[in-house]
Amino acid sequence: MKTALEYSKELAAGTLTSRQLVQACLDEIRAKDGEIHAFLSYDAEDALAQADASDARRAAGKALSPLDGVPVAIKDNIAVNGQPLTCASKMLEHFVSPYDATVIANLRKAGAVLLGRCNMDEFAMGSSTENSAFVKTANPWNKDCVPGGSSGGSAAAVAARMVPIALGSDTGGSIRQPASFCGVVGFKPTYGCVSRYGAVAFASSLEQVGPLGTTVADVAMLYDAIASEDVHDSTALPGAREKAFPQLENFKPCRIGLPKEFFGGDAKIDAAVRAVAEWYKSRGCELVEISLPSVDLAIPAYYIIATAEASSNLARFDGIRYTHRSADATDAVNIYSKSRGEAFGEEVKRRILLGTYVLSAGFYDAYYKRAQKIRALIRNEFEAAFKEVDLILTPTTPETAFPKGGKISDPLKMYLGDICTVPANLAGLPAISFPCGTNDEGMPMGVQILGKALKDADVLAAAHAYEQSHPFETPGI
Amino acid sequence: MSDLKIDLDHVAALARIELSAEEKVKFSGDFQTILGFFEKLGAVDVSRLEPCAHAFPVYNVLREDVPAETLPIEALEKNAPAFRDGQIVVPRIVDDNA
Repeated sequence: MKTALEYSKELAAGTLTSRQLVQACLDEIRAKDGEIHAFLSYDAEDALAQADASDARRAAGKALSPLDGVPVAIKDNIAVNGQPLTCASKMLEHFVSPYDATVIANLRKAGAVLLGRCNMDEFAMGSSTENSAFVKTANPWNKDCVPGGSSGGSAAAVAARMVPIALGSDTGGSIRQPASFCGVVGFKPTYGCVSRYGAVAFASSLEQVGPLGTTVADVAMLYDAIASEDVHDSTALPGAREKAFPQLENFKPCRIGLPKEFFGGDAKIDAAVRAVAEWYKSRGCELVEISLPSVDLAIPAYYIIATAEASSNLARFDGIRYTHRSADATDAVNIYSKSRGEAFGEEVKRRILLGTYVLSAGFYDAYYKRAQKIRALIRNEFEAAFKEVDLILTPTTPETAFPKGGKISDPLKMYLGDICTVPANLAGLPAISFPCGTNDEGMPMGVQILGKALKDADVLAAAHAYEQSHPFETPGI
Repeated sequence: MSDLKIDLDHVAALARIELSAEEKVKFSGDFQTILGFFEKLGAVDVSRLEPCAHAFPVYNVLREDVPAETLPIEALEKNAPAFRDGQIVVPRIVDDNA
């Protein structure tokens, strides 16, 4: 499997058809996904029909974009008209989307082929994809390990080279952490650059849809295709987006901050990330040791805000209109509680209950309001830091992919693994994870670059510059 | 904060989630740990901070008030757990004798 950009060039040159490419992906999925379980479902016939339509456009000289005919896998919380949308939950096991998410409409306008529904933690709640109600995804590098989460299916599908690129969503690291665990590139855009319309809401003030791929260029190309304003999402920022792909070669020496609070996890990862920093220094960048002292408050603040928003957002799954309905319901109240008790998994229940508690009378000020103030504190510290530096470089995760079952019974331990990724969501900043080598066990390690709000193109260009001199091979399987 | 008193039944009722006996035991233990961890925020002086609901707040976002396509009833019928005569069937909420 090649990169999306390479396929794009071959399609343009006429040496490859979209049908051949999509068929090759389907063959890979059939050969590998019995072991990896990156996909919850896929519709081969529909994908090939999209490919044929792309080939017809191209033959008529009417290709829509460089992505025309290139297959993209979609996380199962993003609506594609006529396709299943389960969020890996029994609550939506039989749901079929009646409309396209805006990111999907944008991909259709670009001519991309929408191929398959990727596994995830139920309603995007988790860091290992073990919370899927249907299947556990394996890490292609070591099938006994988790792929990360919640976009674990998207990351594993790309890492196992079943598709060139995929969409995920990132509420607290759900694109970057699985990208890191699976040795691929994952990007969370600035909050508001990508529409959330049609992406099932978990924590609306924190999450963004974003791209995963094996190269920064692929990720930039996919980001450019999905980013847009949107009349259906009032939090999607107005106006045109700066295109990132044409600016990939524009990286210039700058000041890079290394916040001490993000280091101190796995020593091997710290060393790999410091080596990346030294490479930037060798390219003329100035490295600046900085401090973001309130980052250790990010996890509790994040889990209060995210669960509070989840308790509100997930109230819509009520057994009435389009979800699982309990057969034991006898009245208009227990239809809710029985349907939700039956169909939500353990982590989703835990988070809804936590969110309900922190919002409930008598506790609102102590938890939710206080967490929002801590969020302001963290955002202010980033603002101050970005007066001193242009980019911030950190590990993506304090550890590499852990064994399946390793943390699933200890929710707090699972939450603490998100320490390096949640600050970008709280502050709304663009952040990318890309590979920076493998450890002694042969597992990939990820480095994260955060940028100023709306400087998505700068973040991508910086990662691209490093990648050009440090190409990283994903093994397939 | 090792002795948090949480009325899990009350929270579950507010959240409209029926819990099994096993879940109640499990979640009670989890909440002690997790809410205990949240207490870390209590030590921070937040008196000079304003709550931040969104990283980049936007206000009064309006769009043109023009008619647009809505979903056809057939699309909704497909996903409804119970459907009859163009309507979603729900449990009776008004007593015949009321």
